[in-house]
Amino acid sequence: MTDDLAVSIEGLVRHFGDVVALDGVDLTVPRGQVVGLLGPNGAGKTTTVRILSTLLQPTAGIARVAGFDVTKKPDEVRRAIGLTGQYAAVDEYLTGRENLRMFGDLYHLAPSYVKQRTAELLDWFDLTDAADRPARTYSGGMRRRLDLAASLIARPSILFLDEPTTGLDPRSRLAMWGVIQNLVDEGTTVLLTTQYLEEADQLAQDIVVIDHGRVIAHGTAEALKDQIGGDRIEISVSDPARIGRAAEVLRPIGHGDPVVDDARLLMPVSGGSTVLVDAVRLLDAEGIEVSDIVLRRPTLDDVFLSLTGHAAEEEPAVTPAGRRGRREKKEATE
Amino acid sequence: MSTLSTALPQVRRRPLWGWTIQDGLVVTRRNLIQTVRVPELLFFSLVQPVIFVLLFAYVFGGAIPIPGDASADAYRQYLMPGIFGQTVAFAAASSTVGLAEDMHKGLIDRFRALPMSPPAVLMGRTFADAVRQVLVLFVLSVTGYLVGWRIDNGLLNAIWAYALLLLFAYTVAWIGSWIGLYMPNPETANTAGLVWLFPLTFLSNAFVPINSLPGALQAVAAWNPISALVLACRELFGNPTGIQPDYWPLQHPQLYTLISCTVLIAVFATLSVRRYRRTTSR
Repeated sequence: MTDDLAVSIEGLVRHFGDVVALDGVDLTVPRGQVVGLLGPNGAGKTTTVRILSTLLQPTAGIARVAGFDVTKKPDEVRRAIGLTGQYAAVDEYLTGRENLRMFGDLYHLAPSYVKQRTAELLDWFDLTDAADRPARTYSGGMRRRLDLAASLIARPSILFLDEPTTGLDPRSRLAMWGVIQNLVDEGTTVLLTTQYLEEADQLAQDIVVIDHGRVIAHGTAEALKDQIGGDRIEISVSDPARIGRAAEVLRPIGHGDPVVDDARLLMPVSGGSTVLVDAVRLLDAEGIEVSDIVLRRPTLDDVFLSLTGHAAEEEPAVTPAGRRGRREKKEATE
Repeated sequence: MSTLSTALPQVRRRPLWGWTIQDGLVVTRRNLIQTVRVPELLFFSLVQPVIFVLLFAYVFGGAIPIPGDASADAYRQYLMPGIFGQTVAFAAASSTVGLAEDMHKGLIDRFRALPMSPPAVLMGRTFADAVRQVLVLFVLSVTGYLVGWRIDNGLLNAIWAYALLLLFAYTVAWIGSWIGLYMPNPETANTAGLVWLFPLTFLSNAFVPINSLPGALQAVAAWNPISALVLACRELFGNPTGIQPDYWPLQHPQLYTLISCTVLIAVFATLSVRRYRRTTSR
């Protein structure tokens, strides 16, 4: 164990009755970095974060946070971390200021420090005007910001963000990303779980993809995209009946086999935009009319699809009944 | 956007029990602020016992004779300590619902991820729920006075009776907390938090003399801690007690109340804290 790892997990396993939520996860987060933990509902993201934040005991494996074993030194871990879960966990009857003060007191910080830090955080999160209103009068975005502010009251060096923007409107999501980026710029280590590929792409240097409790890919967003090949060409034809012929004609210029979907054709290519010209020429020579043609870089959605065989925001495969199954169903409906 | 200061927080040092009390008070304050912010909830929690006083005093009052006291307002004098006992017992329901809501909203998760004392969240819950009963008892006492109930055995005895009632409220709040930690959602807590309280309060001497119950139920009612509490209050307030069947708790009602409260707190505080350490919301 080296000191430059904020989080290190080896062979982490967690069972909920018959359901295997984590099936041997390995993961490291170097100090000062943002690692995105990406996966669909039920993949094991939340379970991982709950074990790291001392809320759950692992069935097997070792998890260290800030150098402390989460099962043996939970209090030391708790002092080093901030946790923001999927639901804004603030007291809705207390005002924003009272919430921050309460959490500061419970971290056992000096009252003068709590007071100063509270004012600072309210200002930083643009909540000063609403500071003395009960949190139940806040909008969803404001609650999330208050929630994040509460987890920062003791200046944790490591922050766990469990789906920090789930359920937020696009504007609030952008604001949240800005705040997270600022924290990272100041040197906070962040482990972020998300089912939004765009979010991981935006914030994380390093992405770990998990599915069914296992790590299935690991690397930078670019590396993951390269892993499934370069550009792809997407063509729609006016006459669906001729799509098969179009695929045949185009096959020689592809970098892999074309995939046909109704009147649409998707094919990995290399060579950039000249491929577009070639494709149009070939199809024109055959008399196949093209209604749309684009060349695009793979998105993380493509990465996910090729790695797991299902899209990122799709429902998880059927899980046996039990505690975890129920919980996931609930998450999915919210 | 301004930047955050980089001064590291100072952490205060204090013995562990000191933090437990300190954290418990922080959570108590939070729960009491909730009461003030939702006055409607407090209002309706007062309305129910007041309605009970009026219903029992005017609807059932004439039909329930008190052995050993034939005076016209005997039942109202007899009734009030019973209503007090029943009302403080219902403090348990607010602990159940309160904790279920905190779990549902993810607050318990947040508390559990803080370096705070684990029993403090439960201590803050139970203590706040008991403190709230001070106001409830005050309003009930005034209502009782208006329907003819009187304190008739000196002020010190009366204060001791109120103290026993608050101790009992604190005790049942621990039982309620333990139930609350098993609730899957606040809606279930609303029902489950109440169901056990009806047999607990009605299978006692709170509303009817124990002699009027069928034989087997008499024993249950006699050992029910509420009966001893209510009997102790009747004695301390100087209200009619009826005639007690021959059971130890009814011969030593104050002692039995103290013993049963101590044992119940010890058992349910231990169970609740153990459950709390492992609980996860949702």
